[in-house]
Amino acid sequence: MKKTALFAAALLCAPLAFAQQVDLAQSRIGFTLKQLNVPVDGSFARFSANVVFDAKKPEAGKADFTIQTSSINLPTTDAVVEAKKKDWFNTAQYPTARFVSTGMKAIGNGRYQLSGKLTMKGITRDVSAPFTVRDAGALTLVEGTLPVSRLAFRIGEGEWSDTGTIDDKVEIKFRVALKRGA
Amino acid sequence: MNDPAERYAAPTVLLHWLMAALIVATFWLGLTVADMPLSPTKFKWIAWHKWLGVTLLGLLALRLLSRALTRAPALPATMGTHARTMARLGHLGLYALMLAVPLSGWLMSSAYGFPVVYLQLFALPDLVAKNEALGDALRDAHTVLNWTLAALVAGHVLAALKHQFVDRDGLMARMRLRRR
Ligand code: HEM
Repeated sequence: MKKTALFAAALLCAPLAFAQQVDLAQSRIGFTLKQLNVPVDGSFARFSANVVFDAKKPEAGKADFTIQTSSINLPTTDAVVEAKKKDWFNTAQYPTARFVSTGMKAIGNGRYQLSGKLTMKGITRDVSAPFTVRDAGALTLVEGTLPVSRLAFRIGEGEWSDTGTIDDKVEIKFRVALKRGA
Repeated sequence: MNDPAERYAAPTVLLHWLMAALIVATFWLGLTVADMPLSPTKFKWIAWHKWLGVTLLGLLALRLLSRALTRAPALPATMGTHARTMARLGHLGLYALMLAVPLSGWLMSSAYGFPVVYLQLFALPDLVAKNEALGDALRDAHTVLNWTLAALVAGHVLAALKHQFVDRDGLMARMRLRRR
């Protein structure tokens, strides 16, 4: 029984064994929210990424990101302190957010579509985003924008659920730098 | 001799009182939000504070134009050289601060990484790149400039009252809204 479980676990992890090396220093997970129509940029400094992508076989692609929510960056220190609180990311109780892909496909013109499950604050939702792939020196850059509803994940509860002040729609912007030939 | 019935040009007078009212309102709003904990209401009031401040910047441009294109009435002949110099310097200071105060606010906003989107309609250009330490310094500058403005305004009001009730030289009439 135990052995089967281990075997199954090994099988599940197997694709990750072939994951390309990600250059985290060149990768970025950022986001833009709108506060009274003012675009405010933020990002997460710490995250890990396991990505498999082959332009010849996009359907076989996989992506798995784990984000340390307490590494959030916002324009001011006040905003960072606020964002970690219970009403926002509640980083004490939910230290990580995760995205696990469920599918990738080519949609033409060098563009691809990524679908998967995003979990934030213990809530999992199906999300989907287009992305592009281009080579830059020794790296392959995978870039895309994922629009999410912050309220679907209860990010900004209580008085902050007022979308007149902070828009419900937040755009997550990702850039993953894959080391080629690795 | 100056004509005691002479006023500043109508646009100058109108802008003087409109800006006076808006400066008091913007100042009060600034003090209020500076003490508020983060909340949606604070964000809304800061937005209104910025919009009012930017409006004042625009009105200042109109006012300088109106002041440059029209003639200011001569000061009462009873005023001595010292009083005239004080008045001139005081007014110069008020103009300088009416420019510096909103400009420091706009600079602070840019430095903090919050673009100013006037009335939620269009984004004003960022004056400096994002830099939180610079933002903090500009915030201090905004505060100091504001209290300097407040002091100068107090002196301005006191001087006007002295002209009205001590000197009784009818100087206030130069800024009255309606023709007699
Ligand atoms: C004539 C125009 C203005 C006046 C009289 C004014 C006045 C003030 C005052 C009195 C404060 C409180 C300072 C303190 O106690 O520390 C303040 C804060 C502030 N002002 Fe202004 N201001 C003006 C224009 C602007 C503009 C144009 C902007 C930005 C576009 C701006 C942005 C701010 C910000 C961000 C704060 C800090 C609020 C906070 O605590 O978060 N101000 N202002």
